[in-house]
Amino acid sequence: MTMASTETLRETARPALPPAARKWLLSAPMLLLFALMLLVPLLMTLVLSFNSFDFYKGIGGDLSLANYAEVLGDGYFYEIFGRTFGIALATTLICAAIGVPLAWFLNRMTPFWRSVMVLVVLGPLLISVVVRTLGWAIILGNKGVLNGALMDLGLIERPIRLMYTSGGIVLALVHVMLPYMVLAVWAALQRADASAEAAAESLGARPWTVFRRVILPQAMPGVLSGSLIVFALSASAFATPAIIGGRRVKVAATAVHDEFMNTLNWPLGAAIAMILLVAIMAVMLTWTRLVEARVGKEYA
Amino acid sequence: MAFLDLVNLTKTYGTFTAVDSLSFSVERGSFVSLLGPSGCGKTTTLQMIAGFEEVSSGRILLNGRDLAAVPARQRGLGIVFQTYALFMHMTVAENVAFGLEMRKVDRAERKRRVAEALDLVHLSHLADRYPRAMSGGQRQRVALARALVIQPELLLLDEPLSNLDAKLREEMQLELRRIQREAGVTTLLVTHDQSEAMALSDQVIVMERGRLQQAAAPFDAYEAPQTSFVSGFLGKSNSLRGRLSGKGPEGSALDLGGLRLQGPAADLPPGEVELALRPERIELVAEGEGLVSGTVSEQVFLGDQWLLKVETPLGPLLILRRNTGRPEAAPGETVHLSWQRDHLRILPVEGAA
Repeated sequence: MTMASTETLRETARPALPPAARKWLLSAPMLLLFALMLLVPLLMTLVLSFNSFDFYKGIGGDLSLANYAEVLGDGYFYEIFGRTFGIALATTLICAAIGVPLAWFLNRMTPFWRSVMVLVVLGPLLISVVVRTLGWAIILGNKGVLNGALMDLGLIERPIRLMYTSGGIVLALVHVMLPYMVLAVWAALQRADASAEAAAESLGARPWTVFRRVILPQAMPGVLSGSLIVFALSASAFATPAIIGGRRVKVAATAVHDEFMNTLNWPLGAAIAMILLVAIMAVMLTWTRLVEARVGKEYA
Repeated sequence: MAFLDLVNLTKTYGTFTAVDSLSFSVERGSFVSLLGPSGCGKTTTLQMIAGFEEVSSGRILLNGRDLAAVPARQRGLGIVFQTYALFMHMTVAENVAFGLEMRKVDRAERKRRVAEALDLVHLSHLADRYPRAMSGGQRQRVALARALVIQPELLLLDEPLSNLDAKLREEMQLELRRIQREAGVTTLLVTHDQSEAMALSDQVIVMERGRLQQAAAPFDAYEAPQTSFVSGFLGKSNSLRGRLSGKGPEGSALDLGGLRLQGPAADLPPGEVELALRPERIELVAEGEGLVSGTVSEQVFLGDQWLLKVETPLGPLLILRRNTGRPEAAPGETVHLSWQRDHLRILPVEGAA
């Protein structure tokens, strides 16, 4: 007891670190982890992307922009990047279209049903990405559950191609990305004043007008932040496009994988990865600017 | 027929009755308060008038028209919500213009009427602000302007001042009254604050547990409460139990635990009664002149008044005395109490009537 209290006294008597130094010291473990696990591999990839590659001699130590020139000069890669961002954009839009009504219902439910439904919404995140995507493959295949059911019902004569198409990838991505959108929108709706809807109604607004003029603007900050997450995760997704898209429908992430694992042209793979990174960051930063300009004025 | 008529209005949730066959009327142009403790059904009543809650049974008549089949958006009522319910993503002017837009009022007319409404609430200079950059009192005014701009037949106020601090609340009370008079709109205010209700309204409607307790002008409800609940809820009151032993044209004879007192004429059968006595009506008098004596147990200084608690044979009595600048009877002192006969209210025993 006496020991402990003298310890405490000595502790407080010691001259305190200046606040700035203390902040850095306290963040040091996280910063170190961050540098070691993220910055170092990223820098090594960056350097690698400037190296040359020869099929017989392997990776060369010289530095040049040759890999970038190859990617940016080849229509094949443009197609891959176009598809990647097209899929990410479609996934984001569909998630927003489904996520807003879903979050709105969630927000209006009684606490019991709300917690049940939150679990349902979060469900996809609880299953391994590979298992979940293989599940989709079973559903989407030419002889899969979906086509089988549609043909049995006589709605279609020949199976619709869903496997190995961008559409199939979007469908499977929407499934896993939806929780991020719903949670973001829900958080925004929770901050909003629920009686604003009643106020709009009392002022003569029809249900659709209430949704468009009151609920949607209230949900907008959530839609914007949710879109950021969904877009970035969809554009860099690997497992889903790899399984649903296969070797035929390539996206940036699967192209990188192929360069590294099949062609063994690591420098080219690294260059594609760096371009993907820069492109996603450019989209995100532009998006953030737009969001801040839009939402910021309300707080001015 | 009055302007707004509630006839046997009832709202039940399962087995729980929130509003129990409530009937009252509101005259055109008047300011009426629906007053009661939380959970008394006053907000449910307002929600039913507004059209946000379905009526279980009974009728709501506005200007002779039955509102039952009219959806909320077509009732044309101005509503100010407790949380103000402003559209945070719109400027003040856009908020106020919303109702006019829904009514397809053309742009020029809209602009004129928004300016007029903002002028009424003294907010013309903040028309382009967003609500987030405004104080509670200012938001309150925006909500009022938004509700009034559509020239509603009836203005409903749901605890509009409860989110403001005490000083601002007093200011806004005067403002609210001025705005209501200038706009000339029939107003129904829902509140749990009895002083707010009395300060603002032409008529107070006191509710408890879904039932109407009394509907009267504030002064009448305060001076002549019909139930002990009203007496206790409007202002402070000392509540005593006694027996009504006899009555004559001059007054009634009362028996309070052996102490025989005179009271005003009462229209009640002899037997157990409840007696209400306002703390400010009790006087301190010289020894021998009092109706009852007691010992001061507590003394609280309220600024303009003193609050004394006196232990008497009748039970503890609260007394309010104007502060005249002289020291007041201190705890432990023996005081002699008196009151005018007519200040004693004789009420039926709660639950028996």
